[in-house]
Amino acid sequence: MLAWTIYISFLGAAGLMLAPRVNARAARLIALLTAVAGFAISVIGVCRYTPGTLVTVTRVPWIPSLGIEYHLAADGISLTLLLLTGIVAVAGVLFSWNVERRPAEFFALYLVLIGAVYGVFLSFDLLLFFVFYELAIIPKYFLIAIWGSTRREYAAMKLALYSFAGSAMVLIGVIAAYVEAGSKTMDLADLARFPFPLHFEMWIFPLVFVGFAILAGMWPFHTWAPTGHAAAPTAGSMLLAGVVMKLGAYGCLRVAMMLFPRGMEAWGFRVLGFGSWRGLFAVLALIGIVYGASVALVQKDFKFVVGYSSVSHMGFVLLGLMTLSQIGLSGAVLQMFSHGIIAGLLFAVVGRMVYDRTHTRLLSELEPMHLARVIPFAAFTFVIAGMASIGLPGFSGFVAEFEILIGTWRAFPALAVLAGVGILVGIAFSWRALDKAFLGGAGTGSPVDRSPSATVLPRITVAERIGAAILMAATAAVGLYPRILLDLIVPALQSPLFDGLRKGLWR
Amino acid sequence: MNPVSYFELLRLTLPEIVVALSGLAVLTLDLTVLQRRSLAVRWRIGALVGCAGCVGAILLLLLRAERASLYDGMLVVNSLTQFVQTVLAAFTILAVLLSVNSDFTVHVGEYLGVVLFATAAMMVLVGTQNLLVIFASLELLSLSLYILTAFNKHSRKSAEAALKYFLFGGMAAAFLLFGISLLYGLSDSIQLTAIAATLGAQPLSPLLAVAIVMIVTGLGFKVAAAPFHLWAPDAYQGAPTPSAALIASSSKIASFFVFSMVLTLGLPAGSVMPRWFSLIAAVAALSMLVGNLAAIVQSSVRRLLAYSAIGHAGYMLLGILAHSALGLGALLYYVVTYALATIGAFGVLAALEKEGIDQVTDLAGLSRRAPWLSFCMLIFLLSLAGIPPLAGFFGKFYVFSSALSARMGLLWLVILAIGMSVVSLYYYLRVLKQIYVRDSEVSVGTIETPLGMRATVGLIALLVVLLGCFPQLLLSWIDGALRAMPH
Repeated sequence: MLAWTIYISFLGAAGLMLAPRVNARAARLIALLTAVAGFAISVIGVCRYTPGTLVTVTRVPWIPSLGIEYHLAADGISLTLLLLTGIVAVAGVLFSWNVERRPAEFFALYLVLIGAVYGVFLSFDLLLFFVFYELAIIPKYFLIAIWGSTRREYAAMKLALYSFAGSAMVLIGVIAAYVEAGSKTMDLADLARFPFPLHFEMWIFPLVFVGFAILAGMWPFHTWAPTGHAAAPTAGSMLLAGVVMKLGAYGCLRVAMMLFPRGMEAWGFRVLGFGSWRGLFAVLALIGIVYGASVALVQKDFKFVVGYSSVSHMGFVLLGLMTLSQIGLSGAVLQMFSHGIIAGLLFAVVGRMVYDRTHTRLLSELEPMHLARVIPFAAFTFVIAGMASIGLPGFSGFVAEFEILIGTWRAFPALAVLAGVGILVGIAFSWRALDKAFLGGAGTGSPVDRSPSATVLPRITVAERIGAAILMAATAAVGLYPRILLDLIVPALQSPLFDGLRKGLWR
Repeated sequence: MNPVSYFELLRLTLPEIVVALSGLAVLTLDLTVLQRRSLAVRWRIGALVGCAGCVGAILLLLLRAERASLYDGMLVVNSLTQFVQTVLAAFTILAVLLSVNSDFTVHVGEYLGVVLFATAAMMVLVGTQNLLVIFASLELLSLSLYILTAFNKHSRKSAEAALKYFLFGGMAAAFLLFGISLLYGLSDSIQLTAIAATLGAQPLSPLLAVAIVMIVTGLGFKVAAAPFHLWAPDAYQGAPTPSAALIASSSKIASFFVFSMVLTLGLPAGSVMPRWFSLIAAVAALSMLVGNLAAIVQSSVRRLLAYSAIGHAGYMLLGILAHSALGLGALLYYVVTYALATIGAFGVLAALEKEGIDQVTDLAGLSRRAPWLSFCMLIFLLSLAGIPPLAGFFGKFYVFSSALSARMGLLWLVILAIGMSVVSLYYYLRVLKQIYVRDSEVSVGTIETPLGMRATVGLIALLVVLLGCFPQLLLSWIDGALRAMPH
């Protein structure tokens, strides 16, 4: 039944494209119903799931002469991310309630993107995985290029080319692995069992890992992320940061690390102090954490602050993956979920609640508006999102980053200290953004200005309130009772699929 | 040489004869009965007769299942040639349908007649393993294509393009003939397998090397591989759109098939790797680089398609380099799906002929003026860029994986090809950006296009999507044809 998450999204998109002259209202409703249906299906899927198993959803021959199957299946990790996709998709539609320009096309592309993302998380055939992964690129391009803001065409093209370059690297890896394994199967479980030669894994692992990590925003390949996030329409940024970056991280785990675990072993020699790809990528992830946070600290544009914060938080995911321990990996998957929700919330505040009303995102221009008084709900949401984002206990970010830090402490003690610095800088930029954008610099003691111009902003709509409430509830629920997700994730990491990883460097 | 009854020959060449006869019929009808009718009626009736001929040929091809080789391979009939001939006839039907609404010429009968003769030439070309027959049918095809390029007598560009095409083509034919004569001198035979058998044992002599280079030059011209590509941008841009569609699609299929046959069957395979291996690898790499990099800076849509065709020729040469049955299957899948997407893109341009679209920027805002055609164009260009789940993606995947499984040493070329397809996405997106993102500056009214045109283009788009989602439809056919082959 989980396969219907994909089909229903594509059907919704097709309906929007084919129906003649859909007005904005109808388009929104169709999109909302489709997104809710997808979410409902993934919730039912999670409820029916027995932790630790691999549920085969569909398995039929697709291209029998090449041994390629249409194979959809789900384990705990896929289900966690399906849930995330469902939540963000529903919230994204609610936060695009005000799209009036070419609405049918907007929601059709939106749903195609959602469908492709569901497809990636459910695919258990490498080629099918890749098909869905690339299918997600084109809607992203058009969503940003048509409905975006600042430098949209540049940002859209940059995003598309970065994504495509990443997926080209992955494609080389996919073809090489397929041929090396005898051109008989693309099944992920079969390939995970196949003993690739060590030297083969040594060059294919970094290729595929970096290919996926480009989409996960790994430093120094992250530059598409801030420009893309800033230029995208609100729902676009929510999806980009919320789920599309997770595609990259999921690919790193599911393909690069699961299929080529020995690529992370030591080289046997040291270059610039690095002894393995694992160490190198861990350091790059750490640079991403600290660099993203530091750059966010000095941004003038509110949306860029959130954009760079995404780079920083995704650094935690990659760092968690590189710890190669159960706690670090489960933290990484949890962080994927957590960041998806929190980034969605942050972009919703910045893009929809603030920018669509004030038509500016410059912190210096927002400062005199005292938004906390004009649109208190936005300020409230941002405070919650900010607290979740800096990892305050009680929110999902805390559990995830805490697990990752423990894992890092065991694997690379020195890096754990620096990651802590990253968290501190994270607190600083969140506070600075809150202070400048909403409190009007009240923290610095400036006199309260009750200018009349500040009071003309439209009220926060019901759709926005519901959307924000869904996201806040999700982050709080996972923060207060992380076992709802950890019970899905941890058994999945212990499944035979990850045997190669566990037998090697796992500790 | 065994004596063969003429009846047998007639029976085996019946599909070609039907196509050629339908060409003559169109010509006669148009010059006699239809002379006083309006242009639209003449196009319709002519197209009807031409399509009927092609459908007849396809039926004849599909209904017979036999293997024959007459006069030492002068006429070869097997499952593979039948497959390619069927596809060629089908593409001619598409090209004819796309020309029905044109008004670039009043010589309808001559135009359709030449199209059908070209088709007959292509069908003979793929159904032979004899170098002289290959040369003669290739020349018949080329001459037809020169005429088709020049068919718009009111356009200077058309004339210029045809002249360039003709001059380069004549040169290439000379090279090819010279190469053939050298091969004949070395092996005392003009039959492909016999040549391979004689020369396979000999070491690579300078004369053989020259012969190989000459033949690759001559055939490389036909498939528009760099550095023999100079005619392509001008021909694509100057020729009437339906002619360009034919040149870019079915002529490409026939040429690639014969290129592959000459190289794999005829030119002797060395002990370790075929002797033409590094030469073709160099041509492939150069084509990918020149085609894709030059396409970035093109401002004319058709020139862009021409340079992208050069890039695609580079990818397809990988299928030849694989030098295996798998590689041949991959090449056929790629060239057929590529030709589909290309003929579709030219079909969209043909439907917009009256808008006078040449520059990429002329397409601005097309998505609101002609939503259906824009959507089809999106499918064609994304298929060319290799975005799944469209046919072009599987073509790429299949060619690259077959090349790698034949020889891991081709990895560098596969990496180059995949890297270049990232470049290609950039320029295809540039076109799509104009269509979907930009707003039109001149006019905003919807563009009226004939229903038949939209239906044809839509059918091609449907095929591209279908072959992408279910590649097995075509793959099983190709596999079946290959399995029935001796090698």
